[in-house]
Amino acid sequence: MNRLGLLALQILVGLAGFAIWHVLTVYPVLGAPKQIQFFFSTPVEVLKRTWAEMANPEIWGHLWITLQETVLAFVFGAAGGIAFGFLFARNALLAAVFDPYIKAANALPRVVLAPIFALWFGLGIWSKVALGFTLVFFIVFFNVYQGVREVSPVVLNNARMLGMSERGLLRHVYWPSALTWMFSSLHTAVGFALVGAVVGEYLGSSAGLGYKIHEAESVFDVTGVFAGMLILTVFVIVIDTVVTLIENRLLVWRPQAGGQG
Amino acid sequence: MVGQRAAEGRKGGRAGMRVVGGTALAHDAAAVRLQGIGIAFTLKGGKRYVAVEGIDLGVMPGEFVAVVGPTGSGKSTLLNAAAGLLKPVSGSVTVFSSALSGLNARAGYLFQADALMPWKTALDNVAVALEPQGVPRSEALARARDWLGRVGLSAFVERYPHMLSGGQRKRVALAQMLIRDPEILLMDEPFGPLDAQTRQIMGNLLLELWAANRKAVMFVTHDLEEAIALADRVVVLSAGPAARIVGDFPVPLARPRDISEIRLEPQFHALYKEIWSCLRVEVSRAYAGGPA
Repeated sequence: MNRLGLLALQILVGLAGFAIWHVLTVYPVLGAPKQIQFFFSTPVEVLKRTWAEMANPEIWGHLWITLQETVLAFVFGAAGGIAFGFLFARNALLAAVFDPYIKAANALPRVVLAPIFALWFGLGIWSKVALGFTLVFFIVFFNVYQGVREVSPVVLNNARMLGMSERGLLRHVYWPSALTWMFSSLHTAVGFALVGAVVGEYLGSSAGLGYKIHEAESVFDVTGVFAGMLILTVFVIVIDTVVTLIENRLLVWRPQAGGQG
Repeated sequence: MVGQRAAEGRKGGRAGMRVVGGTALAHDAAAVRLQGIGIAFTLKGGKRYVAVEGIDLGVMPGEFVAVVGPTGSGKSTLLNAAAGLLKPVSGSVTVFSSALSGLNARAGYLFQADALMPWKTALDNVAVALEPQGVPRSEALARARDWLGRVGLSAFVERYPHMLSGGQRKRVALAQMLIRDPEILLMDEPFGPLDAQTRQIMGNLLLELWAANRKAVMFVTHDLEEAIALADRVVVLSAGPAARIVGDFPVPLARPRDISEIRLEPQFHALYKEIWSCLRVEVSRAYAGGPA
């Protein structure tokens, strides 16, 4: 399957989805269109609203807030995850002592923390950053921990025989190995940072995409909710593309799944 | 059965005492000497497995010693003891007359499995070997380039390990080991995973590099032909557990040698027959007694 053919098929699936949505909400197939539209809106309405929202400079302010929260949550979460991942992987006693607490903290559904964070950090961006942090931290932490623990013993012994000090090993062996594992979870981590931001906004805020969606929902404006979701989706795709670019840049040494270079 | 060491095929005599089989002198001329080495592991369930026992083996500076033995005879274990990666439960390891503690800093190790850092290019993999010695980066890179040239990889310096073939990766590993100029080379079936032709090419490359700057070599292999073609001396280990040395044969073939040609010589055949008669017993024992 060549690239163009694939792209055409992908677009076709999208169009088919919109077409089905359109037919079911505009024509009386399932019931009175007016009633159906209250629950599902129509694709044309949603696109029109999305377009209008995007043309309105106000939305960029909301996007900017959400972006800030996402990036901050990711940066802090990743930094914390890397630091503790390294610390625990290199210190077996520490890891053993804290093991049950980490498992317990990770098992807790983080959404329940949102009201607490709102109480502690206010309704501004920091309560959302905190929520995103708790999500990102554990993903990065577990991956870095695994990455450091599962360094190939042969590569490690070889580096030792080359006379590397503990610092050299950290820099040339443990760190790149941990990074690989971290990057393998990068998409998930960034996704969770965004989840933290949007859910936080949804539960209590005065700005951001989550706030926009919540605002529309509170007045039963289904078109507004769908338009917000569409904008969010485009936003996620853009972020994910940037992450992929960074990943490809930093992991050039990794064998490609498709073929060899 | 234990053959006497021979000095044929070497250019000039070497200073220092030649010792056969483990009677160490006050001043030991050996580059690395294993003395009464015993190595044991605790298996799952608390059982104790004795891999090797009572091993006496010395390698002189400039001497190429091959260690052969059936699978599971603890060949790699011996090498790891000489490298300091493994602490023997009994006996001692001496490196140039001083007892070894910790890693053997005067040795280079060529592993059987891929040991290159996959996140570094061939050039960086070789250059990083100079970092512990405090060589400035620009000089390290220049020297790494030179070494990659010597192993025939000038055109591949910027490649990552996964972009290289198995043989090319071994060449990089060889350059990585040799650039530090270690006095002792420890090799654990380094060409084992390669195909037959590549093995011969790599063997010749190794001999060529070694001839230019002779180091003490301890080369572990299960391939007797390879052992005879490369080494000055072939040491035969018995089948495990508790493997011992059961044969020590000098290889008086002239150098320089061509690995693919030397196999055709009658002297090679005679040696092969002699050593194989010793090794064969152990190989059949390994298959009869062990789970191999």
